[in-house]
Amino acid sequence: MEIKSRDFKKNASDALADATLQKALKNVEAGFIGKRQASVDALPEFEDLRDLGRDIKTHALKHLDVYLEDYEKKVTASGGHVHWAETAQDACEIVRDICHSVGARTMTKGKSMISEEMQLNAFLEADGMEVTETDLGEYIIQLRGEHPSHIIAPAVHVTKDQVEADFRRAHTNLDPNRNLDDPVTLLGEAREVLREKYFAADVGITGANFLVAESGSSVIVTNEGNGDLTQTLSRVHIVLASIEKVIPTLNDLDVFLRLLARSATGQEQSVYTTLSTGPRRTEDPDGPEEYHVVLLDNGRSEMLGTDFEEMLRCIRCGACINHCPVYHAVGGHAYGWVYPGPMGSVLTPSLVGVDKAGHLPNASTLCGRCESVCPMRIPLPKMLRHWREREYERHLNPTPQRWGLKGWAYFARRPKLYHRTMRIGMRVMKYLAPQTALMRRLPAAGGWTKHREFPAPEGKTFQQMWAEREAERGQTKGDAA
Amino acid sequence: MNQIEMNFSAPSTPEQKRDGSRGTDVSGKTVGLFVTCLVDLFRPTVGFAAVKLLEDAGFTLEVPKDQTCCGQPAYNSGDKDDARALAKQVIKAFEGYDYVVAPSGSCAGMIRKHYPSLLADEPQWADRAASVAGKTYELVSFLVDVAGIEGVSSHFTGSVTYHDSCSGLRELGIKDQPRKLLASVPGVDLKEMVDNDVCCGFGGTFSVKYPDISNAIVGKKTDNITKAGAGTLLAGDMGCLMNMAGKLKRDGSAIQVRHIAEVLADMADGPAIGEKSGR
Repeated sequence: MEIKSRDFKKNASDALADATLQKALKNVEAGFIGKRQASVDALPEFEDLRDLGRDIKTHALKHLDVYLEDYEKKVTASGGHVHWAETAQDACEIVRDICHSVGARTMTKGKSMISEEMQLNAFLEADGMEVTETDLGEYIIQLRGEHPSHIIAPAVHVTKDQVEADFRRAHTNLDPNRNLDDPVTLLGEAREVLREKYFAADVGITGANFLVAESGSSVIVTNEGNGDLTQTLSRVHIVLASIEKVIPTLNDLDVFLRLLARSATGQEQSVYTTLSTGPRRTEDPDGPEEYHVVLLDNGRSEMLGTDFEEMLRCIRCGACINHCPVYHAVGGHAYGWVYPGPMGSVLTPSLVGVDKAGHLPNASTLCGRCESVCPMRIPLPKMLRHWREREYERHLNPTPQRWGLKGWAYFARRPKLYHRTMRIGMRVMKYLAPQTALMRRLPAAGGWTKHREFPAPEGKTFQQMWAEREAERGQTKGDAA
Repeated sequence: MNQIEMNFSAPSTPEQKRDGSRGTDVSGKTVGLFVTCLVDLFRPTVGFAAVKLLEDAGFTLEVPKDQTCCGQPAYNSGDKDDARALAKQVIKAFEGYDYVVAPSGSCAGMIRKHYPSLLADEPQWADRAASVAGKTYELVSFLVDVAGIEGVSSHFTGSVTYHDSCSGLRELGIKDQPRKLLASVPGVDLKEMVDNDVCCGFGGTFSVKYPDISNAIVGKKTDNITKAGAGTLLAGDMGCLMNMAGKLKRDGSAIQVRHIAEVLADMADGPAIGEKSGR
């Protein structure tokens, strides 16, 4: 996917002016926050589970090579194939070659964010493959020619009316006068259209929420069951997973499943949790004939051992996104690449380079709400700050900002000069705003006064008044003596 | 959220503090007041309110001259050199005091939570940073958690709504303390706003670097403030207060905006933030 993160500021302004988008975005705050809190409140050991989840992932990342090789052995032993892909391009070619090897022409696809990293659909379609997204949200944005704006709710930026229009445009074989007022009717229509695709598909692609080293299983959680139909009804099942998805044991999986659903949607458990271990065995009534796992690195191993390693604990629940005031304001597309919100603003520079990620690490108030809800206790604000340090070191931030900062620091590091200068400065500011105690315009702070008044200073600085008070007290003491 | 553990015993009786006499465990204890740059420059009243509250609680107070800013703007902009230099400046100025108190959760959080990691790699500074961090507090939580104050002697008549500033809330666990002290002021009617723990959109330099997004966030905040129906908005951080006051005033709101210390110290009769002094 083309990286448009450098246009964040413009993207954000466009998003703020888009009334339809703003209407759709209200669903994020209304739909996720209260439900998560209620499910967390109902589980007394939730905070302990967070610690446990963090520790298991930290351990798995420290021994990532071992667990990945264990996982590969188990997959192979169960009759599956593991393919190692260093880059997104490698992964695309591996998938294409598997498709060629089985003569596949049609494909169904469950939700996979790394397929967005890979731009897989475009790659396969260019190769003549018909690809159908089967997650309802993904299906909607595929019809619209868009990308996901949220990692668990890809079409959260779309309103119901827009979906209705898209379905009428795309499903031309259906009665044009049919009633689609009810969202449930839209869901039913999508189900019927997709049902045929599942049976016709040669290859089914899914992502993986987790890979279990102990058993060689890939795990998906869904609420629609689309992933299960995708992976069991096609002849070939291809799992796309990034390398940090591996966890040691099935017992560990239990911890993550309890954290994931609550953090993501406020459910105790997702509706479908499915473990896939190898292809169909002779005694199995159904399942794919071939089972492939493509393990994608795409920059992740470079994060190991750096300030950003902790980001690899992320289980993609979306809680940080759902609680981010910046995301609430501008939505996911403004971030300009695959992953939006706080997790995206840390991950994007890690995967595509901080020079290409532009604004992302800065587009945060560092309010810390993301970290407070992250089930993996990833210190997102700290890592955003680390990216800002890298930008500063490499002179990537705008020159006026650097000079402004340097100028301020010059004074702040010289208290005597600072206090003398500020005494004069505040008097001048006070003088400039004598009537209203507010300033409509302020030199070099147009960003502030564009939308807000600037409250004028009281006049004297505290240090000045304190010195006067101390002098008076000394005077009084002197008089008394 | 985990509550911050405070390993201090409460003083014997709160009344001793309220009338200004010195309780047993704070007698002789000296607080260095970290004024914060915004209070120093824009609202000295808050500084004097802090002085009054701390002196009433029985502490001896000093205001070191060699203080300017905690370094947060540099730290959050990736400029570690200037952030470190300012951290050292603060440490030098304040390490001699029993406690360091700031009328800001953001600045206190910077000293308490970030100085140690900022200076962790400098052996001659790491211990000093940890020592100052360990005795630095935000004003209201200091009064309640350390000084053991149960109430303040202040007078205020009217409805207020309280915004939980992010750093104070999430870095220092400040949530109940301001409400406890507000409840001790007769005449204060606390009307909570929806989403009182959600960011106001200030974010330091964020507010000028991304004005449109900042405006969208503060707009939601001032909507919630207005809907709460209180006459006065309170918070514990000048940055957030100036942001919210600036937005409310631009929209023509009559809601008064003040630092909570002004109300607690009985110093809320002057002009509110962004209001005319009458001079």
